[in-house]
Amino acid sequence: MVMEVDRKLLEHVAELARLKLSEEEIGKFLPQLKEALEFFSKLKEVDTDNVKPSFQPVEIKNVMREDKEEKCLSQDDALSLTEHKKDGYFKGPRAV
Amino acid sequence: MSIHDFIKKVKNNEIDIVEHTQKVIEECKEINTEYNYFNTISEELALQQANNIQKLIKNKDKPLKNKKLLGVVISVKDGICVKDVESTAGSRILQGYKPLFDAFVIQRVKEEGGIIIGKTSQDEFGFGSFSVNIGVGYKVPKNPIDKERSCGGSSGGAAGISKKASFPHISLGESTGGSIAEPASFCDVFGLCPTYGRVSRYGLIDFGNSLDKIGPIGRTIEDVALLMDVIEGYGKNDSTSLNVKNEDYSKYLKKSIKEMKVGIIKEAFAEGVEPEVEKNVYNGIEELEEEGAKAEEISLELPIKYGLATYYMIGTSEASTNLAKYCGMRYGISEKLEGSFNEYFTRVRSKNLGDEAKRRIILGTFARMAGYRDAYYIKAMKVRTLMIQEYKKAFKKFDALVSPTVPILPPKFSEIEKLTPLQNYMMDVMLVGPNVAGLPHLNVPVGYEKNLPVGMLLIADHLQEGKLIQLGSAVEKGK
Repeated sequence: MVMEVDRKLLEHVAELARLKLSEEEIGKFLPQLKEALEFFSKLKEVDTDNVKPSFQPVEIKNVMREDKEEKCLSQDDALSLTEHKKDGYFKGPRAV
Repeated sequence: MSIHDFIKKVKNNEIDIVEHTQKVIEECKEINTEYNYFNTISEELALQQANNIQKLIKNKDKPLKNKKLLGVVISVKDGICVKDVESTAGSRILQGYKPLFDAFVIQRVKEEGGIIIGKTSQDEFGFGSFSVNIGVGYKVPKNPIDKERSCGGSSGGAAGISKKASFPHISLGESTGGSIAEPASFCDVFGLCPTYGRVSRYGLIDFGNSLDKIGPIGRTIEDVALLMDVIEGYGKNDSTSLNVKNEDYSKYLKKSIKEMKVGIIKEAFAEGVEPEVEKNVYNGIEELEEEGAKAEEISLELPIKYGLATYYMIGTSEASTNLAKYCGMRYGISEKLEGSFNEYFTRVRSKNLGDEAKRRIILGTFARMAGYRDAYYIKAMKVRTLMIQEYKKAFKKFDALVSPTVPILPPKFSEIEKLTPLQNYMMDVMLVGPNVAGLPHLNVPVGYEKNLPVGMLLIADHLQEGKLIQLGSAVEKGK
């Protein structure tokens, strides 16, 4: 578990998460994240050989339903919460 | 007046429910100017509901007789969707979002005649323990007992109004890593976080899918049991909802606790726990013993030592994926459509998410990144397995486990300012274990020290909420 949390890594992770950090934020977050990750690294002390991960705390089965059409939101309702729409579609920023 | 008596009076038409609701709204507005418990007061919806109930009572509508919450005011944590009422989870990125549907729990509350009064303040998306990590432009709720102190978090507004309201009222909170029991402890009220999956999460604005639980906060254990009776159950719109038989929680209120076994978690009374807190929690344990329960020490190695790291790795990982959908396009806040996809989304997110939300998104994105995923995210999921096994072993011997809810008395805002994010996270040390393991847990108020409340935490096995209510009720009676 070798890791060096530096400015470069922080900016890279932020970019993956679609966040642009200001100079002030970088200065503030960098030591805070270092401290937190160092603390979280203590998980490596726990022996987890042959242990299965629990993605849920209780056992859950897959839930299926019949492949039948059900009532859903109307197009008008779905579009009612945004100004960014055109011809019955959501309008987004340019793709390229 | 107890909620039980209030409902009786409403049913007998002895209370003008419209007039009562108007008074409640005025009181909430008044309290809010000083304490900031509400992000939104849903005046219109509340009066509309009250008028409907009034009409049905006047027409001697028969089905009203069985309504469990008739006329009772229910406040709702902002992260739970209420149709046509702004629901933002305390974040500016969701400003203006008025859901087109009710969450499962809101459907149930409305069906039982409960009146929705408003959306309570919280840490942004639930990211905090003091309700100070609020979204950009929101106000920090204050402790109802001392305004210079925190009311806890993240369901801070819910716990605060539960203590402060003079009218019959119960609150809906939500816990991911302790956000029901912790504020309940700081505000001297009961808070019950149910088993993961016991209450459908449909309509809850996600923080961590494998961790989020909706539960009641109230002044008495009876109130908490009543709201649990209403909101429990399977919901087909939540694939993680447990399809198990419903319980009658209220019946546990009067059950004797004789011969019940309570395990005192040894590691939870170690260094870092304020002596005033420890003393009062032991008073609570004594009350349990006086009512006939047997208490004995037990050592649990994993939850206190590794719970925080496990919880924050799982919680931030899940949060970072859940929050990826907020990008200012289909709902919530939006900006002028300028620049490319990535430029637009980055601009909206950077401007409208608060500091703690950004920190957690970054932590979670890091933990899931190629090269780090096995060491952090998957590792935490494996430690969770071991933690659940350790708890399960303890529950073979004990009906419930006990610890302080929070190691310290409610701190002043001036003290909180000095904490680093990691020191902030440490406040959840008692609570992350049961939350990671999906175990039901209850805050029971046990006393006051330096004029500040202390809470005791009771933890039970999966689906054993009844035992918590039984034990909590015994402590309440003993006081």
